[in-house]
Amino acid sequence: MQDTFEISRRGLLAGALGASGLLLPAGMAHADEPKQGGHFRIGVADFASSDVLDPTITNTQFQVNLEWQLRNNLAEVQAGGKVIPELAESWDASKDAKTWTFKLRKGVTFHNGKSLTPEDVVYSYRLHMKEGTKTPAKPIVAQVADIKADGDAVVFTLKDGNVSFPALTTYAALYIVPDGTTDFAKGVGTGGYTLENFQPGISSLVKRNPNYFKAGRAHFDSVEMIAMKDATARANALLTGKIDTYNAVDPKTVKLLDRNKQIKINSVTSKAHFCFAMLMNQAPFTDNDVRLAMKYAIDREDMVKRILNGYGSLGNDEPLSPAYPEYAALPQRAYDPDKAKFHLKKANQEGLKTQLYVSETPFAGATDAAVLYKEHAAKAGIEIEVVKTPEDGYWDNIWLKKPLCATRWSGRVNADVMLSLAYTEEGIKAGWNETNMNDPRVNKLVADARSEFDEAKRNDMYAEAQKIIHETGGANIFAFAALMDATISTVQNDGKLSGDWTLDGGRASERWWFA
Amino acid sequence: MNVIGAIIAKRVGLGLFTLFVISLLVFFAIQLLPGDPASAILGQGATPEALASFRHELGLDQTPLIRYLAWASGLLHGDPGHSLANGRLVADLIGERLGNTVYLAAVSTAIAMPIGVALGVMATLMRGRVWDSITSTLSLVTISFPEFFIAYILVAVFSVSLGWLPAVAFAEAGQTGWQRFANVALPAITLSLTVIAYVMRMTRAALMNVMAAPYIEMAQLKGTRPFAIVVRHALPNALAPIINVVLLNLAYLIVGVVVVEVVFVYPGLGQLLVDSVSKRDLPVVQACCMIFAAVYVLLNLTADILAILSNPRLRRPRRTAA
Repeated sequence: MQDTFEISRRGLLAGALGASGLLLPAGMAHADEPKQGGHFRIGVADFASSDVLDPTITNTQFQVNLEWQLRNNLAEVQAGGKVIPELAESWDASKDAKTWTFKLRKGVTFHNGKSLTPEDVVYSYRLHMKEGTKTPAKPIVAQVADIKADGDAVVFTLKDGNVSFPALTTYAALYIVPDGTTDFAKGVGTGGYTLENFQPGISSLVKRNPNYFKAGRAHFDSVEMIAMKDATARANALLTGKIDTYNAVDPKTVKLLDRNKQIKINSVTSKAHFCFAMLMNQAPFTDNDVRLAMKYAIDREDMVKRILNGYGSLGNDEPLSPAYPEYAALPQRAYDPDKAKFHLKKANQEGLKTQLYVSETPFAGATDAAVLYKEHAAKAGIEIEVVKTPEDGYWDNIWLKKPLCATRWSGRVNADVMLSLAYTEEGIKAGWNETNMNDPRVNKLVADARSEFDEAKRNDMYAEAQKIIHETGGANIFAFAALMDATISTVQNDGKLSGDWTLDGGRASERWWFA
Repeated sequence: MNVIGAIIAKRVGLGLFTLFVISLLVFFAIQLLPGDPASAILGQGATPEALASFRHELGLDQTPLIRYLAWASGLLHGDPGHSLANGRLVADLIGERLGNTVYLAAVSTAIAMPIGVALGVMATLMRGRVWDSITSTLSLVTISFPEFFIAYILVAVFSVSLGWLPAVAFAEAGQTGWQRFANVALPAITLSLTVIAYVMRMTRAALMNVMAAPYIEMAQLKGTRPFAIVVRHALPNALAPIINVVLLNLAYLIVGVVVVEVVFVYPGLGQLLVDSVSKRDLPVVQACCMIFAAVYVLLNLTADILAILSNPRLRRPRRTAA
């Protein structure tokens, strides 16, 4: 959810940033062994006064970061996409990948002193499986037929085999809470910090949990997060030493910040992508030649340069970036008005006119991107009318309804989730398939890959699916975003930042430290 | 003083009626917005079943009239209800933010009012001279600049370059009273600049009006010093419009500062209202609007009463023929 109250103030910051610098203590340090201590203050851009600590209602980055300060999942994704055990110690699957046994770590206690037991895990998952739950984890728990405690382990029985099920348990909602919890506001979990204070939409404060089960994690004595909507306010707060880190750096001013020696910009290639989605079941996009024409009619390099100020990479009409282990390199589609015209002619749609629906809800700059696309497409003889719609209600009234609209996707944990959610028949049922792509071959590849233990074979299947989406899909994916955090230079990390979300995949509080 | 009692009673009655009408307007205006709390809160990932169950849980499947009546009867019993978005008590959500908003408004007023009136008096004393033109031009400039622009300039100069004042105003743990004041200094100055300009211009205009009166000429002929003429003779007769503009600006400081709140990361009511409208969180929106409306009604009432008290002619109105 994004409901940003933004004011355009391009360039206003220039003066503020130019004159900065001298104020901050000159603490240039090098990445060493993690050190314990300090009060870490984070300015978080994405938050809402409706934030809660109920795992089944997960909206904002503020909430995700706070949840991972307080709680843990069964497994955790490392930077680069490797899934490692968290509250689970190890896991095993049956041959058909339908039965998964997670052995729990021993000696883990919740903040209230209770020991972690398999019943806690069962209870935490059942929260998402209850009748009438609002959980965003529905597509994941829908695969689970049964979950039960077995000695010191938890056994999941899936409806269909899924070799990457452990990866799904890392999802930012499947946090483990003590059995029987109904008052989530206390924030009781097993995490590296305990809750001191949480005011939704304003701030949160946590203190280090001395009994944390992970060695070498959660280095700060305390972590404070402050909700800061305005990008300039975040930058000013960092420059004047009121915070140590903030996320969602404005690409328009990042170069100015980067000049300041006291400030580091952490920029990571992400899984997040920008897209103009064509509904394949609505005219004129039922015809693949029209879709191809639309894809050849966009200048991706210009988009990255002007809309993302160079902080991003080219998209190639399929949703996997190199940040996914399953990524397969395909020839880059280039801007080619002549090819676009050729395909239009083939489709008998010369002089195509179409409307592109847009608002700033999917991403800041979406309107600019649409207008730029209109200019690119005009050279290919396509007339795009940019229809600006209200930011409110965009996902309800425009997305999945209008034949052509702007969208943005955050990363998903693996290729399976990304592809099945947005490019298969399952995704249509779940209400996430924004192009209404329903290709039997892709459906089958994605479903089969789920029960293929051989990684090489599995990656071949994903590669074929990516190729089909690239060639025939309705997603005009023109760029992948770079995720950018700004920190003061004393804030250290191990050099491997997650490309899933900003702030090291929402886990900066437990992975970073002060030099 | 009977007259004033009657006026207060009448205006309080009217004020309550205004509040009622506003509550209706706000309630039904929100019904007209696309989407509802359920879809706004669940966002892009909402599934139809989740929406249906959430709507039921929030009571959105009832008719608007029933929901309005439930809300109104709660309010009359002193309970503004729970937030639809996070289930917290509206009173809790609003309490601290209201305190913040009032504090910022009070600090801004304390800065702006004396300076504004003093500048107005000075401009009157030096009317037609360079000082008068300078203050008059500067006041127009500050009124015309958008607040966020003034805010960024002040931040660039006073926090980033000089390092005198904090760039953001959020509260930190263990703050002393003085630190709290320093924290809101920049937002308060930002707000004050515009208010000073209004108050100054209004003071000058009201004084100039009075200065044309024969009794001022009389005072001048008597040889009274210009300062005494303006402050002792003219100002008391110009008080009514000045009080008016001061109180209306106070109302503006309480209800209209969301941009400044966002720029300075100050958790006040304005930001809560914007957030709540986008979430269609009706009880919170209603509560905020009721507070804002009540502030306006009260301050208007105060302005009128003070105007009457400050003017003996209004205090004892001539009796009209029965």
